[in-house]
Amino acid sequence: MIKSELVERIAARNPHLYQRDVEHLVNAILEEIVTALSRGDRVELRGFGAFSVKNRPARTGRNPRTGEQVPVSEKFVPFFKTGKEMRERLNNGADPGAETDFDDED
Amino acid sequence: MGGKTVTRADLAEAVYRRLGLSRAESAAMVEMVLQEICESIVRGESVKLSSFGSFVVREKGLRVGRNPKTGLEVPIPPRRVTVFKPSNIMKQRVNSGLATVPAEAAK
Repeated sequence: MIKSELVERIAARNPHLYQRDVEHLVNAILEEIVTALSRGDRVELRGFGAFSVKNRPARTGRNPRTGEQVPVSEKFVPFFKTGKEMRERLNNGADPGAETDFDDED
Repeated sequence: MGGKTVTRADLAEAVYRRLGLSRAESAAMVEMVLQEICESIVRGESVKLSSFGSFVVREKGLRVGRNPKTGLEVPIPPRRVTVFKPSNIMKQRVNSGLATVPAEAAK
């Protein structure tokens, strides 16, 4: 599904709204999430998941071809963690990852 | 970093400010958008939102994990997971929003 299809689906369920308004609606939501992340805020949407920003500290990298050392500056990367409800629904009600979910601590 | 947490209520508020729907309808619409995205993912469809990012469903096979506390081996059954790939635009905006060192150091 791409953004325009998402807009169409929402518009089909809301005949009283113009498709153009639904487009604004979807963009407003996505924009708000990106703006929050670029402030360093977390976005927590229960049942859906949470967006956060992870810090990758500066490090010395290497050009794999020449072996030359290159400084790599600090980076911030957006990260999404799937919510419990969505994880369960993806796996038909069971949540096999629930007790073995040790990754992504950072 | 900011350290605040943005929730559904904040998204609804943004919709209310920008679109002029009622507060109640703004909240309902936010819910509907999240629900449509979620439904799509649960069906195993990937969701690509340009200038935002994409959600992709991956099938993970069985593997043996270990409880890091007790050292016990536990089988991790095959499962489906959602992976989010941020768009370049999102990555750039997050990076420039939070940059603490001048970007010119990086080539």
